[in-house]
Amino acid sequence: MEWETVIGLEIHAQLATRSKIFSGAPTAYGAEPNTQACAIDLGLPGVLPVLNREAVRMAVKFGLAIGAEIAPVSVFARKNYFYPDLPKGYQISQYDLPVVARGKLSINVDGKALTIGITRAHLEEDAGKSLHEDFHGYTGIDLNRAGTPLLEIVSEPDLRSAKEAVAYMKKLHALVRYLEICDGNMQEGSFRCDANVSVRPKGQTKFGTRAEIKNLNSFRFVEKAINHEIARQIEILEGGGEVIQETRLYDSVKDETRSMRSKEEANDYRYFPDPDLLPLEISSGFIEEVKATLPELPDAKRDRFKAQYGLSDYDAEVLTASREMADFYETVVREAAGDPKLCANWVMVELSGLLNKDGLEITASKIDAAGLASLVRRIADATISGKIAKQVLETMWNEGGSADDIIERQGLKQITDTGAIESIIDQIIAANPEQLAQYRAGKDKLFGFFVGQAMKATQGKANPAQLNELLKKKLQ
Amino acid sequence: MSLSAAEVNKIAWLARLAIDDDKVEAYAHDLSQILGFVEQLGSVDTGRVAPMAHPLDEAQRLRPDDVTETDQRALFQAHAPLVEAGLYLVPKVIE
Repeated sequence: MEWETVIGLEIHAQLATRSKIFSGAPTAYGAEPNTQACAIDLGLPGVLPVLNREAVRMAVKFGLAIGAEIAPVSVFARKNYFYPDLPKGYQISQYDLPVVARGKLSINVDGKALTIGITRAHLEEDAGKSLHEDFHGYTGIDLNRAGTPLLEIVSEPDLRSAKEAVAYMKKLHALVRYLEICDGNMQEGSFRCDANVSVRPKGQTKFGTRAEIKNLNSFRFVEKAINHEIARQIEILEGGGEVIQETRLYDSVKDETRSMRSKEEANDYRYFPDPDLLPLEISSGFIEEVKATLPELPDAKRDRFKAQYGLSDYDAEVLTASREMADFYETVVREAAGDPKLCANWVMVELSGLLNKDGLEITASKIDAAGLASLVRRIADATISGKIAKQVLETMWNEGGSADDIIERQGLKQITDTGAIESIIDQIIAANPEQLAQYRAGKDKLFGFFVGQAMKATQGKANPAQLNELLKKKLQ
Repeated sequence: MSLSAAEVNKIAWLARLAIDDDKVEAYAHDLSQILGFVEQLGSVDTGRVAPMAHPLDEAQRLRPDDVTETDQRALFQAHAPLVEAGLYLVPKVIE
């Protein structure tokens, strides 16, 4: 039987506020345990939550960016469950009236454009952290993270493969960083994903029973965990069994998912409106104010790059994948004052290659945009060939220094003097009478031999276009 | 509305309340009475009434995003039964 996969993602984005969502405690990552957990975060008796305006502003900014409805009135609710890293015994979240509803995000998978629905995005507080290392048979609790603002972004079950799920997640990741509402640091847990996965016979409209896979904290794990889960469910169904609705945890070491909670203990959160918080009202004035702060969004930037710089779909997509990458590229183009396509190649292929090799982000590049631009200028004005430029780039990367200094110091300047190139060609022809005869007898392939010899004689410095032209003339 | 003994036990478990087995029937009876009393509200037509999220007819006030709290860990942890390396210790929990 042919199966169809149905996936919906719940993504938790930690909002980049300075203080917590309901208290004035700091949110900085990596502090000593429990030094950033105040009385409100600890849920001590008699404290009251007060909502952070900035968290609301960020939620609205996100809603506007995905073309969603911003609720004029939304309500905070208590989600009740017991766990030691949740001191109050409930998490303040939003339930039937979330702040953002009905948006959408377009993604591109294998050249196919898809629109993925976003059901809702709501504000909530994060829980603390449980450390299960050995504390003499006890669990250690760090409540620094308790009360950190989260935006939970829930997609429609519109995704049909692990690949689409990853594309959606990457797009959302880029978007929250463009909007500067989340730092997107997945290692630190600032951007986490739960995946609802089910399969059904192709053609069936009713959804199959889903399993929820928790806490996927890298793009690679999302893809692997979903693919693993699809295979597990198909195997059960083809064996005549039934998938049970449950929460599963992905184990990246064993590359498998395993059941987290049995059905008997299925959670019953008993949501109800939090009496400590009044309804959140958002005026149209506030929305307009936020709208004025929206930056150019990834899709708009991609379309502009295509129109303004004449880039292909693929190049424009890659260069706008992050705001930092796009800014870097535009600086190179501006500084090089030259061919945008040439600049695109040097950013996307050559520089990205070096970044990948060292595992660095564009923001940590050892060569800045102005430095790369100065190299591109030397290619454009034919001071050096592309091949020599790669050599210069590597020296810039490994040893620092400007492109001009390296070209000068290592004597890499391209030979563009026609007379000089001609005399080299003459010597090569004289030294290889046999190859010359064969070439003239119709063995065209030997043209490459002569190019190679000339390049060797000039240490790769002969201008390739000139060399080809002159060589053709001489060999006739 | 009548609650069964099983429902009473489930609610007690969800609220982490320990109740004696011989009192379950009495709780079921009393809670059913309370629910029956509240159920009278069901006879009112509320079709055109907006659900009320809060009894006060006001909107949430917002706070500027400023850090106003200082570290008071030593004070808070003085009340905790067990602490180590700045962590609160609790009986081991494993998913």
